Amino acid sequence: MTFDSTVLILVTVIGAATPLLFAALGELVVERSGVLNLGIEGMMLVGAVTAFAVTVATASAALGILAAAIAGALMALAFGVLTLSLTANQVATGLALTIFGIGLSALVGSGFVGIPVERLPRLQIPGLSDLPVLGPLLFNHDALVYLSVLATVGVAWFLVRTRPGMILRAVGESDVSAHSIGYDVILVRYLAVLFGGVMAGLGGAFLSLSYTPMWAEEMTAGRGWIALALVVFSSWRPGRLFLGAYLFGGVTILQLYAQGSGGGFLGLPAQVLSMMPYLATIVVLAVIAGGPWKGRLDAPACLGKPFRPAT
Amino acid sequence: MRLHLSRRTFLAGTAAASSALALGRGVYAQEPLKVGFVYVGPIGDYGWTHGHELGRKAVVEHFGDKVATTYVENVAEGPDAERVIRQLASSGHGLVFTTSFGFMNPTVRVAKQFPQVKFEHATGYQTAPNLAVYNARFYEGRAVCGAIAGHMSQSGLCGYVASFPIPEVVMGINAFALAAQKVNPDFRVNVVWINSWYDPGKEGDAAKALIDQGADIISQHTDSPAPLQVAEQRGVHGFGQASDMAAYAPNAQLTAILDDWSEYYIQRVQAVLDDAWETHSIWYGLKEGMVKMAPYGDAVTDDARQAAEAVKEGIIAGTLHPFTGPIENQAGEVMIADGATATDDEMQKMDWWVEGVQA
Repeated sequence: MTFDSTVLILVTVIGAATPLLFAALGELVVERSGVLNLGIEGMMLVGAVTAFAVTVATASAALGILAAAIAGALMALAFGVLTLSLTANQVATGLALTIFGIGLSALVGSGFVGIPVERLPRLQIPGLSDLPVLGPLLFNHDALVYLSVLATVGVAWFLVRTRPGMILRAVGESDVSAHSIGYDVILVRYLAVLFGGVMAGLGGAFLSLSYTPMWAEEMTAGRGWIALALVVFSSWRPGRLFLGAYLFGGVTILQLYAQGSGGGFLGLPAQVLSMMPYLATIVVLAVIAGGPWKGRLDAPACLGKPFRPAT
Repeated sequence: MRLHLSRRTFLAGTAAASSALALGRGVYAQEPLKVGFVYVGPIGDYGWTHGHELGRKAVVEHFGDKVATTYVENVAEGPDAERVIRQLASSGHGLVFTTSFGFMNPTVRVAKQFPQVKFEHATGYQTAPNLAVYNARFYEGRAVCGAIAGHMSQSGLCGYVASFPIPEVVMGINAFALAAQKVNPDFRVNVVWINSWYDPGKEGDAAKALIDQGADIISQHTDSPAPLQVAEQRGVHGFGQASDMAAYAPNAQLTAILDDWSEYYIQRVQAVLDDAWETHSIWYGLKEGMVKMAPYGDAVTDDARQAAEAVKEGIIAGTLHPFTGPIENQAGEVMIADGATATDDEMQKMDWWVEGVQA
């Protein structure tokens, strides 16, 4: 592997990790508030098709991205009404949301198959983009990639250093206590769920506008489920989530490169190489659980439990 | 003589008379033939399933009211497939097309249980009195593409995005490599297996991996336009798969292998309507029009175009076979003898690679 190809590989890794990061960040906030939303895949697909359709119709990717965020939020709102206001079972509703999202996106997207669209433009930062190695690696991406990094920092700062973030965590750890202090548990959870929807929508928009600029049914190909696993993998901490998304994306890309180099990796068959991302994630998880990083592995105490105030 | 008409006789007679009338009426108002289609992917994949869907639409257009078609898309290969096929068979369908290799065992099982229903399985190899197999000689298209690649590649390396190592995919890769090596004996093919027929993100990543490592021709045996899109972005060339992908890659696409199932589907539906359907195992190619090539892209050089046309004409005329001996596998064993051509059986069981293929 030459130095140039290393840079190229890393650029591809950044592209592979970004949709996972968006979706997982959203779900992290949702789960920290105590809600388990399994509908990420459906929300991502709806976001992808909306971004694509609006971009084709208005020739503006910015409008497409905005529409994707709104569409994801609307899907999440439906989930919220069912699980928060009507206290339906969160797991079942989330699964139903996924299936609904797959079907709805296929229906809406059926008229957009076969239409190519301009890929999101790469933002050139004067000065920084021309640096020899760091330029193409870090400063030659589109707006959504930078947004995902900013969102990671933003979510981390929000959860740990702001009062609303603390309220959100409190709601997730002990909803009854938070309610007795006077916080509106349902409202906090609604806002968290909406944020999750927006992020999933943005993740989907990245897929259909930048990663593979097209609409194809079920183009997320299971990334929503991987994002869900990454949230658990990260122990509900944004910093670890960032590492997890890049680890997963990185190993996925590396195994493709290993195959493509013609030599493979240690002579392992392609099917074993395909397993690598998942194996790597499990190994790291096991190491985290045992080693000196053993920290808060506990899920938010109220995760998945519906809130029914006594009053 | 008095007619001894009991109530039982009267009822039986009335029933017989009215059913005779009903049958008689049936002759004048024919029930449309119900034809079912089982798809492995979405009709919006713009690739394999899209091609079959075009065939179904052609059937609808051709026969109008005489047929009523049903299609089920996104049927995973496995136990769920059997449920879908059985449901079509037991709900009055007279002809069912199952359009993926992985539907073979479910189709065989359901065909045994529904001897009155006719089944057509694509790309399989098991037949039965009511189960026919149909396949297209995609490897002929691969040979045409290989001839172009041999002329046009500067690096002499093709990146191949492949799905699963089944004989159909293997013979396609081998045919491509052999045809390219006739022009450039040092031509190599690097294969990346993504273990899926359809995953646009992974297909694109695989194409990136291959291009980053020196491939300047991209070929694929997967169902989305993603690899060609990446080729277009990176300024290299490639071949479309199962449909004309020029919309996604106007500069990159040199040509594409097109599946045309329409004529075959119309033929088989007509056979069922005429009560003349018989099982068979056919494998049609360029000659019969089941495999077609998309128009050449602007980037195709005159040399490449001539070579491609020569291969195409040769195959159609029967004077050129993509697997003409002597052909050795990578261990040096002679798989096809000098002067011989591979038989259909040998191709359908192909599990070895020619020189220059890194799989």
